[in-house]
Amino acid sequence: MVRLNVFLLLAVVACSLGVVTSQHKARKVFQALEAEQERARQLEIEYGQLQLELSTWGTAPRIEKIARERLKMSTPDTARVVSATPAGGPSR
Amino acid sequence: MMRFKGKVAHRFAESPLLRLSLPPWRSRLLALMTLGAFTVLIGRAFYLQVLNNDFLQEKGESRYRRDIEISASRGRIADRHGDVLAISTPMKSVWAIPSAASLTPEQTRQLAALLETDVRHLTAKLNSERTFVFLGRQIPPPVADQVAALKLPGIGLDKEYRRFYPTGEMTAHMVGFTGVDDKGLEGVELAFHSQLLGQPGSRSVIKDRRGQIVEDVGSTKPPQDGQDIRLALDSKIQYLAYSHLKQAVAENEAKAGGVVVLDVRTGEVIALANWPTYNPNNRETLSGAQLRNRAVTDTFEPGSTLKPFTIALGLESGKVRPDTIINCAPGRLTIGNATISDAHPHGALSVAEVIQKSSNVGSAKIAAMLPAQKMWEMFNDVGFGQQPRLGFPGEVTGRVRPWKNWRPIEQATMAYGHGISVSLIQLARAYSVFARDGDLPPLSLTRLDSSAPAGQQVFSAKTARSVRAMLEMAVQPGGTAPKAQIPGYRVAGKTGTAYKLEGRHYAKKYISSFVGFAPASDPRLIVAVMIDEPSAGKHYGGEVAAPVFASIMSSSLRTLGIAPDAPLQVAQSPAAAKPPAAKARL
Repeated sequence: MVRLNVFLLLAVVACSLGVVTSQHKARKVFQALEAEQERARQLEIEYGQLQLELSTWGTAPRIEKIARERLKMSTPDTARVVSATPAGGPSR
Repeated sequence: MMRFKGKVAHRFAESPLLRLSLPPWRSRLLALMTLGAFTVLIGRAFYLQVLNNDFLQEKGESRYRRDIEISASRGRIADRHGDVLAISTPMKSVWAIPSAASLTPEQTRQLAALLETDVRHLTAKLNSERTFVFLGRQIPPPVADQVAALKLPGIGLDKEYRRFYPTGEMTAHMVGFTGVDDKGLEGVELAFHSQLLGQPGSRSVIKDRRGQIVEDVGSTKPPQDGQDIRLALDSKIQYLAYSHLKQAVAENEAKAGGVVVLDVRTGEVIALANWPTYNPNNRETLSGAQLRNRAVTDTFEPGSTLKPFTIALGLESGKVRPDTIINCAPGRLTIGNATISDAHPHGALSVAEVIQKSSNVGSAKIAAMLPAQKMWEMFNDVGFGQQPRLGFPGEVTGRVRPWKNWRPIEQATMAYGHGISVSLIQLARAYSVFARDGDLPPLSLTRLDSSAPAGQQVFSAKTARSVRAMLEMAVQPGGTAPKAQIPGYRVAGKTGTAYKLEGRHYAKKYISSFVGFAPASDPRLIVAVMIDEPSAGKHYGGEVAAPVFASIMSSSLRTLGIAPDAPLQVAQSPAAAKPPAAKARL
């Protein structure tokens, strides 16, 4: 009788220690998940900000300004335009 | 060991008190009462722990359980190629509970410096009677972190969103803007508000002593981000339309102007620009004039741009053919006690030439052959007097009076676009009956991915084609708008120069307009231009609006890579373009 009780007591202690460690592990893992999710949100925000930056740099007025001023580009004169028709006859 | 001998003098059991024999019920009663008290306690404990434990459970949980709101962001607005036109990015707001916020002067000074406000202003806010005040809104996150680092009592931070418009004033009227609470106030932001709006989610969690989330409890509701809206707008063409319009308004010293570009095949709105405009990112000094989306919310008497519709109805009902001769001499026509006149008198003109030379007398004579009801129905069928159904705020229907009380003079003036008012977008859309084969498609602000919706047939394809041919003549030498020509492309279009109504009288102020489409052999784009009160000497549609049309159309066709349909020729010299200028008319 005594031996059984001692055995059961040890089993209970072992189980409760197991519960404690697994709970602890679960929390650790959960916090890691939380951190990753937070990072995902941050990256999402950063993506939005980069998109904003992309469209700000890529606005038509800026492109035109650079093309005209820095790259010295201009619309070709009509006299210099040659219309190319695809082989097999003129287009519509 | 000591022993007692003999009788012990006094024994405990013989205490006189004990010798009293109490009745046994007294002790039993006491035992019973104690038992009863314990039973009540156990019963109460059982009740609280097992039967009715909700209240205590809740109280307990509230010590460590937190409900967190997860914010959802508003949808993005992009153009047809996916370039972002409006996007939300998180910012912070700084608030205070004045009764709890007792700052030292030094702290107040620091806070004011971070929030870029006046110290006195901030102190006034902190001393106010209210229970909650915002100290600053839409603060950039780095600044907000500095505020949080000060660890001031009674001061807190909240997350909120700020909307950015990278294309700024260029697309201001189309995209619109939102207020500080993410509520759409103008343009597409208002029209598509319910789709753009996100639904915030929520979750309940257990937090530990350090404020870290330890566990999810209960159900979580994921946030629903707002939908992204893909507009039909092409930002390159929008830019071309906007910059040419801006330049034209400046050159003509005009009060305002508007441009609408439509896709003929789908009815999509490719570009919509107005001048004056505003920067939606900085709306501190906004005036009503800047805010007005003229192309949609303002109506004007269109003038001659309406003539093709009268002629088309004449052709459709078989009253005239393109080569029917109308006598327009001597350039005046008296109906009742009013006289209609041409700016320059013509002799006999064919119906096609009435359009080409833009003769008021000719149009009025053709209108006289048509029943008023038919004309009214036609105006309705092409969308005048009807809502354009874009969903835009402040869309106007324009004014087409019921035909029953038209007087003959009114029918005659309506034939050339007076006594009727339309918006620029209605006018542009109506021209799609000529650019297409007589049908009118619904307009769309958003990009159509599936096939374009079928239009409603207004004129027969034959009528539409012959009017198209006449409109092409109007742009050629001898017409009213040779300045609308584009090298390499066949163009069709019509000028309009209308007097402005001021009160009940026509003032000597004009609205110059031009509506046209290209390439005429297979129309792809409709461009409508309206310039309000040009006052730099020129005011005819062919002089003011047609060049704007030509520059927007030619650059747009090139941008879209649409093949030229006319043999290339050297652009017209200014001398060759001069005589038609004198012929331009109402």
